[in-house]
Parts: sequence; C-alpha cells; structure tokens
Amino acid sequence: MSADGYRVRGRDGEWEIAVGLEVHAQVISEAKLFSSAPTAFGAEPNTQVSLVDAAMPGMLPVINRHCVTQAVRTGLALEAEINLTSVFDRKNYFYPDLPPGYQISQYSRPIVGEGRVVLDLEDGSQRTIGITRLHLEMDAGKSIHDRRADATCVDLNRAGVALMEIVSEPDIRSPEEAGIYLRKLRSILRYIGTCDGNMEQGSLRADVNVSVRRPGDELGTRCEVKNLNSVRFVMRAIEVEAERQVAVREDGGEIELETRLFDAERGETRSMRSKEEAHDYRYFPDPDLLPLTLDPAWVEAERARLPELPDARKARFMADYGLSAYDAGVLVAEREIAEYFEAVTAGRDGKQAANWVTGTLFGALNRAGIGIEQSPVSAAALGALIDRVADGTVSNRAAKDVFEAMVSTGKDADAIIEEQALRQVSDEGAIEALVNQVIADNPDKVADFRGGKTKLMGWFVGQVMKASGGKANPKAVNQALRAKLDG
Amino acid sequence: MSIDKDTVVRIARLSRIAMEDDALEPMAEELNGILAWVEQLSEVDTEGVEPMTGAIAATLPQRDDDAEAGTATDDLLANAPEADDGFFVVPKVVE
Amino acid sequence: MSDLTALTIADARAGLAAREFSARELTDAHIAAVECARDLNAFVAETFDAARAAADDADARLAAGEGRLLEGIPLAVKDLFCTRGVRSQACSNILDGFAPPYESTVTANLWAVGALMLGKTNMDEFAMGSANVTSADGPVINPWRRRGEDKPLVPGGSSGGSAAAVAAGLCLGATGTDTGGSIRQPGAFCGIVGMKPTYGRCSRWGMIAFASSLDQAGPLTRTVEDAALMLQAMAGHDSKDSTSIDRPVPDYAASLTGDVRDLTIGVPAEYRMEGMPAEIEALWAEGVRWFRDAGATVVDISLPLTKYALPTYYIVAPAEASSNLARYDGVRYGLRVEGNDPTEMYARTRAAGFGREVRRRILIGTYVLSAGYYDAYYLKAQKVRTLIARDFESAFETVDAVLTPTAPFAAFAIGEKMDDPIAMYLNDVFTVPASLAGLPAISVPAGLTGDGLPLGLHLIARPFDEPTLFRAAGLLESAAGFSHRPDQSGAGRAV
Ligand SMILES: [Mg+2]
Ligand SMILES: [Zn+2]
Repeated sequence: MSADGYRVRGRDGEWEIAVGLEVHAQVISEAKLFSSAPTAFGAEPNTQVSLVDAAMPGMLPVINRHCVTQAVRTGLALEAEINLTSVFDRKNYFYPDLPPGYQISQYSRPIVGEGRVVLDLEDGSQRTIGITRLHLEMDAGKSIHDRRADATCVDLNRAGVALMEIVSEPDIRSPEEAGIYLRKLRSILRYIGTCDGNMEQGSLRADVNVSVRRPGDELGTRCEVKNLNSVRFVMRAIEVEAERQVAVREDGGEIELETRLFDAERGETRSMRSKEEAHDYRYFPDPDLLPLTLDPAWVEAERARLPELPDARKARFMADYGLSAYDAGVLVAEREIAEYFEAVTAGRDGKQAANWVTGTLFGALNRAGIGIEQSPVSAAALGALIDRVADGTVSNRAAKDVFEAMVSTGKDADAIIEEQALRQVSDEGAIEALVNQVIADNPDKVADFRGGKTKLMGWFVGQVMKASGGKANPKAVNQALRAKLDG
Repeated sequence: MSIDKDTVVRIARLSRIAMEDDALEPMAEELNGILAWVEQLSEVDTEGVEPMTGAIAATLPQRDDDAEAGTATDDLLANAPEADDGFFVVPKVVE
Repeated sequence: MSDLTALTIADARAGLAAREFSARELTDAHIAAVECARDLNAFVAETFDAARAAADDADARLAAGEGRLLEGIPLAVKDLFCTRGVRSQACSNILDGFAPPYESTVTANLWAVGALMLGKTNMDEFAMGSANVTSADGPVINPWRRRGEDKPLVPGGSSGGSAAAVAAGLCLGATGTDTGGSIRQPGAFCGIVGMKPTYGRCSRWGMIAFASSLDQAGPLTRTVEDAALMLQAMAGHDSKDSTSIDRPVPDYAASLTGDVRDLTIGVPAEYRMEGMPAEIEALWAEGVRWFRDAGATVVDISLPLTKYALPTYYIVAPAEASSNLARYDGVRYGLRVEGNDPTEMYARTRAAGFGREVRRRILIGTYVLSAGYYDAYYLKAQKVRTLIARDFESAFETVDAVLTPTAPFAAFAIGEKMDDPIAMYLNDVFTVPASLAGLPAISVPAGLTGDGLPLGLHLIARPFDEPTLFRAAGLLESAAGFSHRPDQSGAGRAV
C-alpha cells in the first residue's frame, strides 16, 4: 500500500489523517544561544550555567552569531525564504526549569519562512511536505522528578541552549510518511552540520499535530502530541491518536484543540488539559534585544557555501554511477556514508562499490553494531580490495574472506592475501598443468562432454578450482578447459 | 473594557501572585481606574504607524560562538532558598 | 580644612590632586555625615570598611601621581545596581538577602577610575514610584523642609535615597536609574542635578531591570560639571548589553564652555499643564530669559502628543515589568514562601515578596499583554510611542534642546498623594516623554518655591548629544546661581 493511501478503518468507514510536525532541533554550537556557557551533553548538574541562563537579576541576552548562521543554513537547505529582519519575542510562562519566567523565541517574525522537504516514499514515488517556518529559541532546563520523593530537582545545564523549531504544514498523510519526513529532515540537518540529530540525547524532539477527516472533507480539529523522542514513537503516537480521534468522532463526539502526551507503554495519548488551562503566553518583542537584521549578500554567500544536499547527491549518484534510486537513496541518507562511498568508488566501478558498501560493509557494521565513522575498514582499504578483484589478484569469493580478515585484523587487503596465500593463480602454465591432470584423471567425463553433455563444463571448472585450492582464476580455467576439451 | 473580579483572579493567576478574596474587588477598581485613564490613547490615530521595538535605532549585535566555563556551581546556588547536591530544589511538580 | 562634604566632585579632585586632603579624610568625612544622617533613611547598606580600604588605595595612587578620573571620590549606589558581595535588592523583600557574585558594568566602570562606594541607597521598590514611599526599606526623608514646617517631605523617586544623600552632603555623587523620570524628578525635589543619558549610553548589565526599553543609569550630583564627570566614567559600550551603543564617549566636561549663542532652545506649548503652580510657570519663563540673555535663540515649539506620553508609559513600563519580574520565583535566589507545588510556592512567594505598587503594576502589565488585549493596549501604546519619538525628531530639526519644568510641583509630604495612583503618576508627566523617546535629559536646580523648596528646570536633547545638553544645562546653572542647601531643621538656607 502506498503511504498516500493510508486510512484509519473506523467502525463505519474509512478516515484520512493529516499530520504536521513541529521539530525542535538542537543547534550545533559551542556556546548557548544568548550566553557563553558551554552546550556539551552529559555534564554534572548546574556546571554549564551562566548568570544569564540562571536569570540572575540584571543579566542580559546577547545572541550567538553562529546560531544565527546555523538557522539560516538550515533554512537554505530547506529551500526556504530567509527573513532579512526577524524579531525575538518573549513567551511568558512559569516553570521551575525556565529561570527568567519566559522563553526567548520568535513568534510573529521568525528568521526563516516557507520552505519544503521532498520525501522518497517506499513505492518509489515522491511527496513534497511544506515547511511553514523555522525559528530560533532557547531551550529550558531539566526538571528531575524521580530523584527525590518529596521534591523536584532542577538542572539548568540545558537552559539557554539554542533550538531551531521547524514547523511543517499538515501535509503528512500517514505514520510512515511522518517517519520518512523526520528521517529526511534529520539527514538534511546532519548534512549541513546544524544539528547532530541524536534523538536519544534529545537533540531532536518532535511534537505532532494530528487530525482526522472523512476522505474529501476539510481538515478536522487537531490535537498536539508533545515531546516524542524517537521516530518509532512519532509513528506510533500518530497511529494511536488518529484511532482515538476516529473513535471519538464515530461516537458523535467533537475533537477539542488540546495538547496530549504519548504513553509508549500503554500505547495511548493522554490529555494535558489540566496544565494548559491557564496558558496565555503574552508574547511581546523582547526589549533586551533589537530586531535581527541580515545582510542579503551574506545570506547568498551562505547559500553558496552549503554542501551538496541529499537530493542533489542522490541524483548525481544515479546519473554518474548508474545506481538504482534505492541504492542511491541508501547511500546518501547519511553524509558520512555518502562520503565513504564516494571515496571507495573514486576511479572504480560505481555499482561494484555500491554493492560492497551496502552489502558487505553494512553487514559487517550491523553485526558489530557500529556506525560508518567507526568502520574498521577505511574507504581507501576497501577501494584497494576492490582493485585486487578487478585486477584478478583475488576472486570475488576470496575477496569476501579477505574483507572479513580486514575487519577482524585491521590489516590491509594485500597483507592478508599474502599471509593467507589467497592470491589467485592466473599463470597459464600452472593452470594448464592442472587442466591436463583433471582431463587425464577423468576420461569418461571427457567422452561424455565431447558426446554433447556440455553442461559438464561447470563440473570440470569445479574440479580444476578444487585442485588449485580455490586459488585459480576461474576465467583462465574456463579458457584453458575450453581449449583442451573443444580442441 | 473593564476588569471584573474574575479577570483579577485570572491575571493574578497568570502573574503567580496569590490574592485574598477580599482584595479582588478593590484591585479591580484600582486597575479599572488606571485603564480608564489610559483609554485616552484611543484618541490617537495610529493608522499605519509601526510600533516602537527599541528606544534606539540600531541593529542587533552578535557574539562569537566562544564557550566560557559556566558560573561555579557553588556561586550559582549560593543564593538559592533550597539546593541539594548541585541541584536547585522546588516543591514536587504534580504532573 | 573646609567642610569636605560640601565640595563638588571637581573641587574634591583638585584638592586631592594638590594633596590638600587625603582620600581617606574625604571618605571619613562622608562616613561621619552618613552616620549623622541615618534618620533620612537614604542608605540601606553601608560599606564603610571597603570604602576606607579603597580610599587608602586611592591615596597610594594619588601619591604616586597615578590618580584616575574619580580617584578617591566617595559615591553612593542605588540599590538597583548589582554590587558584588553587597546586598542588591532593589529595595524589595523578594530579593531578601540577595548578594550577587557579580558587579554591574556601570559601577565597575566607576571603580575602574578610582571612585569608591560608601553604600547602597534607598529607592522605590524595583524603581516603581516617584516618592520613594514604595521601598521595602521604608520611605526616604527629603533633607529639605518647607519654610517654617517640620513635616517630612518625600525626596521624589525612584532614586530618592541617592538624591537625598547627594543633597544632604552624604556623598559627592550617586548613581541613579531613570525609567520615566526617576533621576530627574528626585533631582528636582532635592535641589540637585539629575541626568539621564541617551538610552544605550550606559550599560544596563547588572542593573536590576524594571522596564528594559526605558531603563537608563545616570548620575545625581550637585553640579552640572560633576554630572559630566560622573557620566564620563559610567558611560561606554558594553558587549554584554545588546542595547548598548558602540560609539566613543566624548569629554563631557569639556563641553561646558558657557557659550550658548549658537543654540536654539525650544519651548513646547504642551507642557503648560492645567493647575500647575504659577511659580513653576514663572521659573520656566525665567529659564527662557536666561537663554535669551546669553544669546541663545528661543522658539516656541509643539510636541502635540505630550499628553499621551504618561498613559503610554503606564502601559509599556508595566508590561515589560510584568515579564522582567517573572524571574523572582523563589527558586534560585531571594525570598521563598513554601507551598505544596511550585505554582502555590510561586504565588505565595510573590504575594509576600512584592509590595502593593509592584503587584499592581505586574497585574496591569499582565493584563495589557494578555490574549485579546495586546493590540488594544500594548501594541497601541508602542505605536503612540513611535509618534511621540517622531514629535521630538521633528522638533530637533529646528531646535538643539527643549526646555521644560522638571515636575509639575515641588516635593510633597510623606502621606500626600498616596491614595490615588494616577495623581502619583503625574509626578513624571514632564520627564516621561524623553524616556519614551530614549533621549538624554537633565534636571538643573533653578529656584525655590515660595515656601523654600527647590524647583528644577529640565532640558532634553538629541540622541547622544549629551555635550549640548551639558552645555545648555551649564548655562541654566550659572544663570540660576542656585546655591541653596537643605537644612534638615528648617527651610532651605543660603550658603
Ligand atoms: Mg511549538
Ligand atoms: Zn518551541
């Protein structure tokens, strides 16, 4: 089934879903958005907090230029319009891990406007998801509720870290599409180095807006499911929230605009209404900050500096290396993989290289549970191995063994080929001797062959290969056998 | 526009300021007095006027992305009403 | 040795440089004065030991011929400035016991040129007030009295403690902050000079915020020259404040040439307020004469939106304050009143920690920003503010400075005007427009009321044109020849 055709089957008929995502992506930067405290993950509590982050009296925000650049780069990568003037607003609410009592965010005038992300669906088709906006804002600290039975503990290390909130249009039509969108977005962010995309560490969090409707109807009222920290949870939350809404609607109920929480264990969403009740954020422009203005020439320079993005790279891989859309898609999903592949394939056959990377290498990495950055076989080493296959030094089959040895020993292909005497025998004299021996030992089979059982050629090749200890070059064996048997 | 008791309750809650019941009515009156007085701004024609966003015309200065060590945790917590093992401590948040 | 507490900063610098007296002697004389005048309640913290130590350091530097701009000059600091290790509470219970681990940029700038701190001065809580009666540390008493009366008068506010201390000779100068008139109005009420520089001229870093788009630090001194000297040290670009402006600080004292013949002074018709005492009208007219006599051109101008400035201010300032004061929640510093959950703890803490006027302004500010009211109040006010700034812009096409009274009345008795917030707000009617437009302005003591209380005249100049402002203020000062000093036991006395 194509993702486009996703339907929730209700008691009396089918429902479509419409989903929009709000993704909070932590900006890669050394220092926080409005202070100079460091951003590194996992430090001891309250050790990466400036006076500004703690909202000490009289402290003032000063924006981090690099975070602005990161937001603009992201906007450009999302093919979005960059707003040359944007404004920082205060979003006022009280929470123990929000020291100033307001979040500095962007409300009516964000730094990035409308853009788009193109999804490659499983059936090979594409869908474009609209980006509504991207804005910069500061993260809050962390409230720890399970450390003490009687109290909540507050760690402000995260407070003030720069986030990009990336809001999509409600263009997503299935949980699968939501997953593909999130992975694609993550891929783009990682390509340009603006977010590490680490969902376990909270560098990427998603809120999903879900609504259901009868096919052809207007969009229904949406509910927001907040703070989902894995692709799996995003997909599952959409599924169960859509089912909940369908059940409510089919029972004659109305969907209320509200914020809900996903309970992964129970597989349901729960209303947060009690907390929402008095929310009135009283946004207004932060008087401690002036409007942010960007130089259009600078924006263009940033555009020119962007690396090749996944879509463009995929197209190039297909055109230049003759790869299938599927293989190219797999190879460009991560910038590191694409770069590894390009290093492997440089001066070599693209399809061969793709097979080695997506097949043999990925298999090894998966077994070891590591990423390409930790690959025990460098791109250069893999390239050298492929060269030994191409020049006939090793057979394709033997090369797999060489690769496994490279993984386990870290040695290069040539050393392993020498050590294990895997060098392929291509010497005509040596092969001819083996061929003669096999023919001499099997006169009945030779007679059968010459009598028309040409399928026996495979058997002869096998015998010669066996006699060579697997080291004979199969092509040369074939040639020699043909010359002797046909002749 | 005028403020009634319920409105005072609502904005006091938004402001996180506890108010005794008998203080609500007098506060509503005081606030209404002030609001009635500021109401005269409606006489000013502001059609097409941009709101002031800063008292001075300037562009937002930007800082380099240089991280400095955070404030020493002891200094950070020195003024805290309650701290525990490097954390600020607040009454239990009821989710 | 003459009375060291009667010196101006300029005189004290000369005396110190000539070794006529030591910084230690100067400091001790002021410490003694502070101790004698505790009934004024001008100081909320005394830092005498540190002051004496700093004076000794200053003497060493002076002896080595290395005296800096304000070497050995004893000053007082409004409690709104964060001072390292010294209470910095904005005279609010909510900051009970708060002693910051940092020093505000403005005070650090003063200490960097050799000035020293005698202590922290009283103020209206979070600078919200015009009479210094909202302070959690109690009211400040103006060293002046009405002739023949003993009733204690307000010093004006919110920098009331600073103004009273300077007027009473407890320090040679003091820092103040001005959001809608909080330096200039108490300056006028106490018969001293109060100067608010252009928004962005002094860093706001480390200054406890009231209304961010309006707050500016400035000096309170006994002469215009002293104000120029103090501002020289206080002003400057600070990369820690995004609204601080990066331009050089001119030599302000050098601008005091006494020559105003090239200046055009504007007199705005709209500042002629109904019910304003005739003696203030008269003093204003006299100010016009002084400029004319000195060869300046004086022209009538119109600032049509003047009457809307005060209501605009009373939307913008509380709105910003309601947000700026959200950080006082009992979590990281200051007062906490326990509760069963954070929300209850916050509400109890803030109810107990904020005084009545602060609570009222937070509520008003919250209301004007809340859903459904933002456009009608806050947005409308910020648009009117744009128009008010434009009024000044067009006036400054023809004039170099605007002359007005500083306040529509002189100091009043503690207890007066306390019931009606709007009557109290009228204190700032002449000072607020310049605040909204971010313009530099100064109050110069220029005369006495019939019953012997000081009155100020007020000048407003173009953005960053402090040199012209000081020059014009210098003319007013010399023409007025105001040499009255307060006498705590009776009417102003001439010295
Ligand atoms: Mg959101
Ligand atoms: Zn957000």
